[in-house]
Amino acid sequence: MFVSYKWLQDYVDLAGITPEELAEKITKSGIEVEGVEVLNEGIEGVVIGHVLEREQHPNADKLSKCLVDIGQDAPVQIVCGAANVAQGQKVAVATVGAVLPGNFKIKRAKLRGEESNGMICSLTELGMEGKIVPKEYSEGIFVFPADVVPGTDALSVLNRDDAVLELGLTPNRSDCLSMLGVAYEVAAILGREVKLPESELHSSEENASDFIQVRVEAQNDNPLYVAKVIKNVKIGPSPLWMQTRLMSAGIRPHNNVVDITNYILLEYGQPLHAFDYDLFGSKEIVVRRANDGETIETLDDIKRTLTKEHLVITNGKDPVALAGVMGGANSEVTSETTTVLLESAYFSGAVVRKASKDQGLRSEASARFEKGIDPNRVRVSAERAAYLMAKYAGGEVLSGTVEHDSLTIEPAVVSITLNKINTVLGTEMSMEEVEDIFNRLQFKASVDGETITVTVPTRRGDIQIEEDLIEEAARLYGYDNIPKTLPIGSSTAGRLTEYQYKRRIVRRYLEGAGLYQAVTYSLTSEEKVAQYAIESRDAIRLAMPMSEDRSMLRLSIVPQLLEVLKYNGARQNDNLAVYETGAVFLSNGTEELPVEHEHVAAALTGLWHSHSWQGEKKPVDFFVVKGILEGLFDKLGLTEKVKYIQSQMDGMHPGRTADLLLNGEKIGFAGQIHPGVQKELDLKETFVFELSLKAILEAATEPLHYHAIPRFPSMTRDIALVADKQTVSGKLKEIIVEAGGTLLKEASVFDLYEGERMEQGKKSIAFSLKYADPERTLTDEEVTKVHEKVLEALKEKAGAVLRG
Amino acid sequence: MQDRLNELQEEALKKIEESTNLKELNEVRVAYLGKKGPITEVLRGMGKLSAEERPKMGALVNVVREVIAEKMEEKQNMLEDAEVLEKLASETIDVTLPGSPVRVGNHHPLTSIIEEIEDLFIGMGYEVAEGPEVEKDYYNFEALNLPKGHPARDMQDSFYITEEILLRTHTSPVQARTMEKHQGKGPIKIICPGKVYRRDNDDATHSHQFMQIEGLVIGENIRMSDLKGTLEVFAKKMFGDDREIRLRPSFFPFTEPSVEMDISCKICGGKGCSVCKKTGWIEILGAGMVHPNVLEMAGYDSKKYTGFAFGMGPERIAMLKYGVDDIRHFYTNDVRFLKQFLKQE
Repeated sequence: MFVSYKWLQDYVDLAGITPEELAEKITKSGIEVEGVEVLNEGIEGVVIGHVLEREQHPNADKLSKCLVDIGQDAPVQIVCGAANVAQGQKVAVATVGAVLPGNFKIKRAKLRGEESNGMICSLTELGMEGKIVPKEYSEGIFVFPADVVPGTDALSVLNRDDAVLELGLTPNRSDCLSMLGVAYEVAAILGREVKLPESELHSSEENASDFIQVRVEAQNDNPLYVAKVIKNVKIGPSPLWMQTRLMSAGIRPHNNVVDITNYILLEYGQPLHAFDYDLFGSKEIVVRRANDGETIETLDDIKRTLTKEHLVITNGKDPVALAGVMGGANSEVTSETTTVLLESAYFSGAVVRKASKDQGLRSEASARFEKGIDPNRVRVSAERAAYLMAKYAGGEVLSGTVEHDSLTIEPAVVSITLNKINTVLGTEMSMEEVEDIFNRLQFKASVDGETITVTVPTRRGDIQIEEDLIEEAARLYGYDNIPKTLPIGSSTAGRLTEYQYKRRIVRRYLEGAGLYQAVTYSLTSEEKVAQYAIESRDAIRLAMPMSEDRSMLRLSIVPQLLEVLKYNGARQNDNLAVYETGAVFLSNGTEELPVEHEHVAAALTGLWHSHSWQGEKKPVDFFVVKGILEGLFDKLGLTEKVKYIQSQMDGMHPGRTADLLLNGEKIGFAGQIHPGVQKELDLKETFVFELSLKAILEAATEPLHYHAIPRFPSMTRDIALVADKQTVSGKLKEIIVEAGGTLLKEASVFDLYEGERMEQGKKSIAFSLKYADPERTLTDEEVTKVHEKVLEALKEKAGAVLRG
Repeated sequence: MQDRLNELQEEALKKIEESTNLKELNEVRVAYLGKKGPITEVLRGMGKLSAEERPKMGALVNVVREVIAEKMEEKQNMLEDAEVLEKLASETIDVTLPGSPVRVGNHHPLTSIIEEIEDLFIGMGYEVAEGPEVEKDYYNFEALNLPKGHPARDMQDSFYITEEILLRTHTSPVQARTMEKHQGKGPIKIICPGKVYRRDNDDATHSHQFMQIEGLVIGENIRMSDLKGTLEVFAKKMFGDDREIRLRPSFFPFTEPSVEMDISCKICGGKGCSVCKKTGWIEILGAGMVHPNVLEMAGYDSKKYTGFAFGMGPERIAMLKYGVDDIRHFYTNDVRFLKQFLKQE
């Protein structure tokens, strides 16, 4: 809502308060003023001019040479490019030395050989938006009424010596979608009076009811309909003051009748509609739901197809307006109109919202109906509009109104105790202070002991319950005056849950290991959604996605991280490691919420370590990733419970991928992405993993317990084995550990050779075995005995023998 | 003989002095103290001396040997030290060359902000509550006093999956779920961080996915002044003690009274600049006293219990705190962006 500071003074005295101060006060009391626009800012030296003579410029087809009286001793010559400039017009002239928006300075100039002492201005040149300029002047200069005086300040004639406050209204404060609503608010803030606009009731020999009847079939949608008839109107421009007020509110002036309906909309917040009575097509207004498939051509010249969920105004046969949204083209007021049928009605918010949404058509009217209008302003708005039409369109207002009224208006009555107000707010207000606040709001309030009972005016439909009164009291008392305290009462221990705590450990660990945390989108494309999923479940599709790229909920994080690598790779960042923790979404059918599993995933590409001047360079490989995972499982105490098994997966390198099992259950995978995918994404060798974070954080672990530090030396025996190429080291280690018994403390691979010196199908793999006893120093014989057993088991179970 | 000894001592000491390295020094040692050296020779000539003179001369020989040996050792130490120094000097490196890089990663700036806020409120006795990102319409809207057809639903156009299931538009459903779980009994003190989704076209200030962090306190005597005090503690810790806060009345369907909190603009110190749109204030969060309908829906007696709730956007806070100018940076994960947040604050 745009509020003209000058216009507002019609209803409330603003003496002593600048627009900026007013904005600050309104903001602090509850309605955010999003901006204050000083309309004549940056403009100087524009006066009214009288075009005394106009002739064709001798050297330019499109220019005119004008002699203009600008209120000085002698008229000045001005060259003008507007097509509509004509002798006798009163126009806005930027005189020599004037400044126009954008710091555009007007100088004396010669245009195609003719002297020009200033510029005749259009409204857009004076800083007004093209869409609010009256259509007839939108392509040229603005022509003022004949009675303005040359030499006077054109901007003040245009009411641009004003400031407009832009209110950011929350949905509950639709009462301030009207100047009067704003006036009540400002009056309450300032503790001043509200002056209501005047209407004079005209009486005529003729009765409106002889011209029109009203029948409402859809009474729930339209409990109150008021019609008036105004005869003998003369369509023409509305008075300049009205046009400028409309423009300051962002509405384009049309003609006197339409402008008056819009003026009342702004003044009272009551949308009105004017029909051309002679084009209406009958003597009966029938309000009903539309039939499915019924059509109407609205004022914007669009033919619209309706359903039975929309409300229409008809002439008993055809729709003439989409109720509360927009009038029909068939009964539009034109320059030929002589009799106006004026509608002022109360339509339900729901039916207007439905039509507005279905038709993609929002209007000043629909915005107000949707949020709820004041039912007590329906009649007074009609009366005042009729009064203005008599005054400014020469009309004759017929006696009486024609109405349908099935509306019961019950103002809300709410009681509250002073104690309740003070307890909720933590304040110590007195009853006098509270009563004064409601008086300032012009709410009827009566005090009975500790209780105050408030009758809420219908303009404030947002106030229904005690808490609403508390808010009114608080905001006018001033939020600044509420003390600052901290909650008292039983205290609670603040802490992270074990899951949350461990998740932080996982993040810190991965960051310490050199990975950057990424945060990517949960929504992805149908193409990507199934890639790299640990669990094959249905994915979830949005009912109305904004784009195909963001239409489905992810089943895995890896594709998003690959996207991150690709993005960075395209910007010369080829060496990169990122991880993410976040939810993936597994469908559970259309009735239930999906299963949300938290995963942790990582993607690494390029060089893992590089120290060029010392000649060190190590690209990421499978074992870098595995090392990170091993450290992570150490941190979480899961090392003993995790197994890696060779696996194959779409999109992954068939020989360099492992499934991860936790206590025998698959919890994720790690490996190199398929070279084909790498090529597609323009990546170097890239390795990824994705695990169920939930699984690793919720797995049971042994409590931390100290083991004595060995006091006796250990004995190490190295063995180099020849084994089948297919026999994996993990298998050999299992055999060694099993056969080694309690004395074997450690078995680790320290060499691997698969080169050409080996027999076909064989490899050499060397383990280092560490034997120890916590109680004593082992003898050579004891160790040899166990060691022999190990070698035997290797031979028997895996055909692995010592390399000769 | 005595003269000869003195002469030898003189000679030896001079040669020791003149040695420039350990090898030369060793040659001097062999020459004077060795078995074939002149001093040994003097000893051999002692047979010619009288029995009286012999022990005297013997003692004198020993003194001379000791003097030479002592000097010799002194010189040796000196030469050795010099040699070490020389070796070390030859090992000098260029300390300005770059070090062997240690890989470091870091958490995302949004995580930094969220964890900072979590820890701050944990210190005040709050727990961290989380909930599903795909929600029932009931928890996302209806339980929060936003029945179907409520005009405020326009404010947050949503991604629906079915008519009853949608991507949550705020983290408030976690509050509704937590209250429901408590079955009408207090106290509750939670902070709820998480991802939320709205039908917005991505641009510099809008993102279809973003973070939110909300707080909820329910108890028997929770006052609006408690909300004000709590928010002030938060704002000063988060943005600095020198920042002023102000509360403005506002509207949210789930709170009544509702407030918005502004902090004084850091850039202009409250005088007004382009960052604060000339107001001197920057909007930071929305809050209010929990609406009685919300309490009642969750099974609380709104005559007995009151509460406050607040919510804010970590992206907005990060943008203000670090001067980030485009919300999309948080989701493109450009490493040149992520690396800027290595420093721990």
